[in-house]
Order: sequence, then structure tokens, then C-alpha cells
Amino acid sequence: MSDAVIKCENVYKIFGANAQKMLQESNGNVDAKTFQENGCIVGVNNASFEVSKGEMLVVMGLSGSGKSTLLRCISRLTDATGGKIYIEGQDLLKLNNKELIDLRRNKMGMVFQSFALLPHKTVVENIAFPLQIKGIEIEDSISKAMDMVKLVGLEGRENYFPRELSGGQQQRVGIARSLAVEPDIWFLDEPFSALDPLIRKEMQDEFLRLQEKLQKTIMFITHDFDEALKLADRIAIMKDGVIEQLDTPANIVLNPATEYVRKFTEEVPREKVLLIEDVMDKSDTKDLSDLKVSKDETIENVAEKILSQDKSVAVIDNNNKIVGSINPTKIINTVFGGRKNN
Amino acid sequence: MEFLKKYPKTFQWLFLLIVFFALCFAIEVPETYKFIRGQAEFVKDPNQSFYVFLGKEVRYYPFDVFWRLPPLLGWLPIWINDSLFFLMNEWLPMEFWNEDTQSYKTRPLVLQITREVTSIMTFLIELIRDILLGGLKTIVAFTSWDFVGSNSWAKMPGLPWTIVAAGAAILAYKLSGKGLALFAGLVMVYISIFGQWKPSMQTLSFILVAAPLSFVFGLGLGIAAFKNKRVEKALYPILLVMQTMPQYAVLVPALVLFGVGDHAAVIITMIVAVPPMILLTLLGLRAVPPEVIEAGRMSGCNNLQLMFKVLIPTARRDILIGVNQVIMVCFSMAVISAFIGAKGLGFNLLLALNQLNIGLALEAGLCISLIAILLDKMSLAWANKQVDYFGNLTFFERNKNAYYFGIAVVIGIVLAYLGSFYFKEGYNYLFEVPHNKGISTADFWNKGVDWIFDTFFVYIKAFNTWLIVEVLQPMRALYLRMPAVATLVLVVGAGYLIGGIRSALVVCGLTLFIALSPWWDRALVTTYMATFGVIVSCMIGFTVGTLCFQNKHSANFMLGVCDIFQTFPSFVYLIPVMMLFGITDTSVLIAVIVYATIPATRYTIEGLRSVPVALHDAATMSGVNKFQRLTKIEFPLAFPHMMLGLNQTIVFALFMVIIGAFIGTEDLGQYILKALSDKNGAGIGLTLGICVAFIGLIFDNLIRTWVDNRKKHLGIA
Repeated sequence: MSDAVIKCENVYKIFGANAQKMLQESNGNVDAKTFQENGCIVGVNNASFEVSKGEMLVVMGLSGSGKSTLLRCISRLTDATGGKIYIEGQDLLKLNNKELIDLRRNKMGMVFQSFALLPHKTVVENIAFPLQIKGIEIEDSISKAMDMVKLVGLEGRENYFPRELSGGQQQRVGIARSLAVEPDIWFLDEPFSALDPLIRKEMQDEFLRLQEKLQKTIMFITHDFDEALKLADRIAIMKDGVIEQLDTPANIVLNPATEYVRKFTEEVPREKVLLIEDVMDKSDTKDLSDLKVSKDETIENVAEKILSQDKSVAVIDNNNKIVGSINPTKIINTVFGGRKNN
Repeated sequence: MEFLKKYPKTFQWLFLLIVFFALCFAIEVPETYKFIRGQAEFVKDPNQSFYVFLGKEVRYYPFDVFWRLPPLLGWLPIWINDSLFFLMNEWLPMEFWNEDTQSYKTRPLVLQITREVTSIMTFLIELIRDILLGGLKTIVAFTSWDFVGSNSWAKMPGLPWTIVAAGAAILAYKLSGKGLALFAGLVMVYISIFGQWKPSMQTLSFILVAAPLSFVFGLGLGIAAFKNKRVEKALYPILLVMQTMPQYAVLVPALVLFGVGDHAAVIITMIVAVPPMILLTLLGLRAVPPEVIEAGRMSGCNNLQLMFKVLIPTARRDILIGVNQVIMVCFSMAVISAFIGAKGLGFNLLLALNQLNIGLALEAGLCISLIAILLDKMSLAWANKQVDYFGNLTFFERNKNAYYFGIAVVIGIVLAYLGSFYFKEGYNYLFEVPHNKGISTADFWNKGVDWIFDTFFVYIKAFNTWLIVEVLQPMRALYLRMPAVATLVLVVGAGYLIGGIRSALVVCGLTLFIALSPWWDRALVTTYMATFGVIVSCMIGFTVGTLCFQNKHSANFMLGVCDIFQTFPSFVYLIPVMMLFGITDTSVLIAVIVYATIPATRYTIEGLRSVPVALHDAATMSGVNKFQRLTKIEFPLAFPHMMLGLNQTIVFALFMVIIGAFIGTEDLGQYILKALSDKNGAGIGLTLGICVAFIGLIFDNLIRTWVDNRKKHLGIA
């Protein structure tokens, strides 16, 4: 058994009356157009991937690309039309209702774009809600929820109602609620899309801090490519239900698999995204200048130093060992090359 | 030709009207035709034809089918009657244990069920009456008369009025604040010192039973419809018909099933009050954002937890608006069900109206309106009240209102006890002011009415005569002159032009049902009265609404007035018009106009308000003046919503026309009222009710379809 926490094999989600039948007849070759002519809409088209423990997979796509549908298939808020989904080795689609509820009560947490807080409960009651549903005593659930309130930095507001909070604060409650049962798997469906840009950045940083601490297995949905680059271990880019490319942020920026993906990468400030490690030359470690840079630096931070040198610069790892080199022209090529009209 | 190409719809409408009028003139009035008055239909006449269907003989006057269709549905009321009779008296006899005679007795199942339901209702009503007014019936129901005779403590007096008044004020304070608390206190004091305490509490006890039961059933069915598409589909046509069904019509079948009295009134009220509750429950549950439901699911809710911990609390506001609707319907029915013997203010009101004692009627009407307004405001305050947080309050703070009420109870009892010493002879006014011992203004009002009559008799009479002779009679004659086929062509054509073939078929079916019933002529009279009312109401309503909209304060004021007027039980409108115009068609029509102007005004203001602010700004920046803005921007955009107002106006007008039968009209309503005192009336009453409902639904279908299309066209759907 692999250590994949989430594993999808050829997952399809097709909406429409005779979706099941049409999928069987198509033998896995789903063409969105012919399906649409027959009154079916393809949400997710042949998605296969794995998410391993502690990894953050960001699914990025524009609206209507099927990213939210994919997430809902994996959380089984909707049933996939075809394919197999395994959660920690368990076949998700074979679970009965009781087992599914059990799984959700103990293993899964989810954050929603519109926060989806219960309007009649206070902050702390909202957070304690999944615990109480599980059957935990009110006293215990409230004290557990108070820990969560502290975790997301809402002390002093625990007795507010959602209507009295700002968007960012409401989403903190949403995050706290999804973490209350200490799930292993964390689903986030465009959690920051409804927030103002400044608050969004603050929440992203907060989220990274939390993840460092908690090390959950995460599926994060977004339509914001910059957000995906900032947060992801790996990114899956979706279009019309198909996963166009699934790779690390650096690889996607450097080697976009399709024209569609390339369009996203065009505007990306590479110097901010790429690390020295991603662009260094591993084989050439001779005739270097005296300057040494760490492989984990972003290009942005060290470009000026490197460009001041005539010769290639040594790249070192954490143990001060030289693992490669980087030439100033490489920096210039990476930052300015391979863009529009090239 | 250019014109026709540009406005094809206009041409089609013109064509339809030409066909309609051509048919009207082409089809001659048969010489033997006359509007049949009174009970003439039931007289056997050798000129009548008859046919037999399902063993029921239907007699009718035959005419050319183009003029009047034969009453092919004439067997339906008789069949309904026979079926009801069969169900009640013959179907499935079973053995039932009888507690009183200690023996088994054979009874048909349905009869037994209705008797069981009846006894439960009676018990509930009596329980509350015993609390509010004192009495033994509840205790007797559990024990026996002997027990009460030997235990003097069992003879509990009712609550002194001071306690009920204090309780109402405290509840109002908790729900809204000082203003409403003051109003609640004043209403209760008014009721008491004007000697209306007993009938008011009888009415209140009726409502306290009917409203919660309607709420429970409405909520339950609403949930069922939300969870199951099939239930919704089954309920939908019933809900639709019930929305336009006159409340009189429900009285008759219920009379057959449940007999006469308060319990039957509760059941009828439930039949009328449950549909709006179902609709609002459904509306509220549908409006819960899908993400909230998903959040509930991801929190691990099972279906039950999802419904009661997530869906219903989130839909709380709509559901409580439903409660408000239920209460309003209950008040309306509190009066109407007096026809089948419900006690209370409604009964007094009806009695006074029957005796033409306008003063007494006014007092009873005022009382019932005041209680209605109070409960309306309280339930709305409850709906809009945000949930309170109690977590960090002490036990006393959490329950302080309960303490205050406890204190009020003690003070009330002490006062009543002291009062029994003070008012040595006669009545203890601190306990209850008896019905005929309060202050009465009836004489004053009656004298006022007499004075108005003496002073303005000539003018009122002249107006009355002019209206009837110059406007109403010709209009009525015109409506009756319409051949059945021409009417059918007009209605179906309109349906086709507005909503295509589907709409045409629906209105065709509805119209045919009325045309094939024995009461087509009566339906035409109902339509004529409703049309007259609607035209005048719309003119007044649209004008007043538009004028009030010009100023924010006057608009709010007008909406408030509409709210209050809408709270009055519909019967109350008959009092002032009878005061002024006596027992004539004019009275009914004026009541119709006043009642139907409410939705016309309200929807005009709301429609104009719904025009987006951005459009206002855009128009202002284009340099329009106020009048241009009104005609070019606001009216076109508000028009769909105003048409919904027209729809409501028609429903309200039909409603009042039917209630107006109490004064004396010659339409469907008159027959429904007659059916009430007819032992074979159930089928007739129900069929007539459906006819009225269908008139409403024809307009409803046409207007709604038009509005939907228009909104789509304007992009404001």
C-alpha cells in the first residue's frame, strides 16, 4: 500500500439524466461536446492523481472548470459518476451512509468560499458544532472550541454572532470549525476568494503558518494562479473538467504542458516563484566566482548579487556543500526569456 | 404593413378582440334566456332537459351551445354529496369501544375518526378556555362531575384579566421593546373595560389552538415537500387552489364531516392556514445556501440533525413569517367560522351585523382588529428578532421575564382577591369585567349612523342610485351578454398569446370547468363585481402608490397603513360600508375596493422601490427630470412587479366579493352561503368554491406567465 491519503483513479462526474449510461457507452473517451448535445454536462473528466500525507495539492482553474465538482466528489458531497476514489485505502464510493458520516466526523474538514456559518450560533457554538454533532458533551466541546478560537486568533470574539464579524473573521471561524474535529484531511474550497486583497494576503500567510504547525493533507481549490503558486506543494490545473497539468509550481512555470497552462505562466513574476535550485546547473561546478548562494533562495533575493559577477556563482546546500552553479546569463534568460513572442 | 411587422403582438391582440366581439354580436341572445334568480334552478319545470350520469339526474334549461354550454358537470356536486354521505355513514363499519356505555358499538370508520378528532379539538379548546376564563370542563374530562362536586378546590376560577394583560405586555417587551409592550397593555385594558373580555378570550383560545396546530402541520408538510419531489408535486395543485379558494367554501364540507362548533372551526382554520405555512416553509428551506447544507454534511450531520440543527434554524425567518401568516388567517377565520357556530368576537360581530346594530358590530370588530394587530406585530417582532446569546448571563438574568410574570401573577391574584371585598355587590371588576357591564359606545355609534343617514340620506341615495343604474347594471348586463363560446375564445386566445400552447391549455381547462358547471351565469356576475372592484382599486392604488413613492417618509407611512389594513379580518370591512350604504351592491363593491386597494398600493410602491439605485443615478446623469424618470425608467422596470400587485388585487377582490354575499349579492358567493344551510350543501359549496378559485387561477396563470416572460426580457428575473 502506498502512503497516498487521497487516491483518484479515472474519476468522472457527469451531470444529466442518462449520464451513467452515456459514460459506459463512451468507454472512457468522454467528449464534452457530444455529451452536451445529449443533454449531459461534463464536470470532471478522467481525473487520476494521488495526494500523499502532509502534502498540499492546489487545484487551480477558472470558474466552470470542474475544480469544485472534483472536490465535492472526493468529499462525496456528490457521487462520482465513474472511477474510484480511495481515502487512506478505503474505497470511498463503497461506504454506506453511516460509514460516510463516521469518516466525515473524524477524518475530514472543509472550508467554504461563502464561509457557510450557521447564522443562529455564536462563533464558539459554530466551532463546537461538528463536535456536538459527534455526540461530545457540550462543556467539553465548548472548551475544545475555545482552543480553536485561540488558534485562529479570535479570542474575545467567541460570543459574537457571524453577522457581527468581518469577512476575514468569518472565514477564521470557518477554518476553526473545519479543524475542530482534528481531521487528517482538509478540504478548502476557494476559502479566500470572497475576501479583499489585503485580507486575502494576511489569511494566506496565516494559513501557511497553520499548515506548518498542523501538517494536514490538503486539497485547496482556487481560481487565483498566484495564490496557487504561493501555497502549493503541487498544482493541478483544470480546464473543462480535464486536469491539464499536475506538477510542482516551478515545473509548471518553467515547462507548461499545454498552451492553456502557458497563458497563465506568462504573467508570473518568475523571480518571485523560482528558487535557485530550480534553475541551477548541476553538472558545471568548475571555474566559479567567490560568491556563494543558497539553493533555497528565490531568484529575486539574490539576482542582484549574481548579476554583479562575471563568472558563474556557486550554489550550496544547507551543509555548505557546493551542489551546482548558476550563470548570470541564466538569470537574465529565466527572468526575461521564454515569454510572449519568444 | 410596416406597423404590423413592427408590432406583431399588438396585431394579434387586436385580431383576438375583433374575433371576440364578432362572436358576441353574431350569437343572438336566445329569447327564452333570462337570468335565473334565487332558488329557481331547483324547481322542476317541464321546459327543462335532463340527463343521467353515474345515476345522478341533472336538470337544466337547454340553450344553443354557442350561447351557454350544457352543465355537463352538474352531477359533480351531487356525486360529492353522495360520496361524503357514504363515507360518513356506510363505508367500512367497525367495532369501537365506547367509554360511556362500556360496550362495543359499530360505527363507520370515517365517522369514528372525525368524532375522535372532534373530541381532541374540543378538549384543547376547553383546556385553554378553562385557564383564561375559568371552568370545569377540562377537570371533568379527566375525572367526573361527582369528583368536582366533592372537591371544592377543583373549581378553579380563570386568570384575572390583569394577569393576562401583564403577561401580554411582558411578552411584547421581550420580543420587541417598550413600544409594543405599551400597545399590548393598552389593547388588553381596552378589551377589558369595554366589556369584551369574555368573547375576546374565547376567540383567543380558538386561535391558541388553531395556530400551533396549523404551524405543526404546515411545517411537517413543508419539510416533506422539501425532501420529496413527489410530495411537492402532489401538494402543489392543492396549494394553488387553496390560495384562491374562498374561505366560505371550505366551511360547508367541514360542516358535514365535523359538525357545528368551535372544534369544526379549528379544523377549517387549519385547512385554510396550513397552505401558506407549507409554502413559506418550502421557500425558507429552499433559500438556505447550498454551502451551509454542505457544511452541515461535512460536519457529519445525519439527515435528522441536518434538518433540525442546520436547515430549520437557518430558515428561521421565513418559517416565522409563515407563523405570522397563520395567525392572520386564524383571525380572518375566527369571524367566518362564526357561521358554523364558533363562539367569541366573530359570533358577536355576525349577530350584531345581522341585527343591523352597527355600534355593537363596530365594537366587536375593533376588538378583533386590535388583537389581530397586536399578535401580528408580536409575531413579526419574533421573526425579525436575532437570536440572543445567554452563555455569560446569570440564571436570574436569563429568566428575568419569567420572574416578572410570576410577580404579575401574584399581584393580579392579590388585586382580584382585594377586589372581591371592595366590589361587594355585583361584579368584581378587578377579576373580570362582564360582557354587558363594561363601557359601551354602541349607542353613540348607532346614533351617529342614524344622524349620517338622516343628514346625508338624499346624497347617499342619489349616489347609490346613480352608481347602480348608470354603471353597475349596464356593466352587469354586458357581462351576462357574453356567449360562452366567445368568452372561451377570448380567454384561450389570451393564454396562447401570453404563454403559448401550454398556458392556453391550462386556462382552457379552468374556464371549461366553470362553463360546464351549472353556475356559469353566477360566475359572470362574480367576475363583473370583481372586475369593477379591481379597475377602481388599481386606479386608486397605482395613483396613491406613485404619489407616495415620491417621498421616502410618505412611502414608509403608506406601507405601514397597508400593513395595518391587511391585518383586519376581512369581515370587518363590511361594518363601515353597511353603516353608510346599507344593504346594497354598492356596499359590497366599496368594501371590495377598499380591501383590494391594499395590494395595489403596496405592490406599486414596492415595485418602484425595486428599481436599482445605479439606474436612478444613470438616469439622473442623463439629465432626466422627475416625470421623465418616472415614465422612462421607473414604470417600465417596476411594471412586472406592479402586475403581480394586480394579481393580488384580483385575489383580494374575489375574496371580498364572496364575503359580500353576506350583505346580499346574486353571484357564486350567495350560493355558497345558501349551501351552508342546505343539508345537501357540501358538494355545491365545494364545487362553487372551486369555481371561484378557478376564476382567480385563470387570471393568476395569465399574469404570472406574462410577468415571468417580461422579467426575463428585462433581465430582472
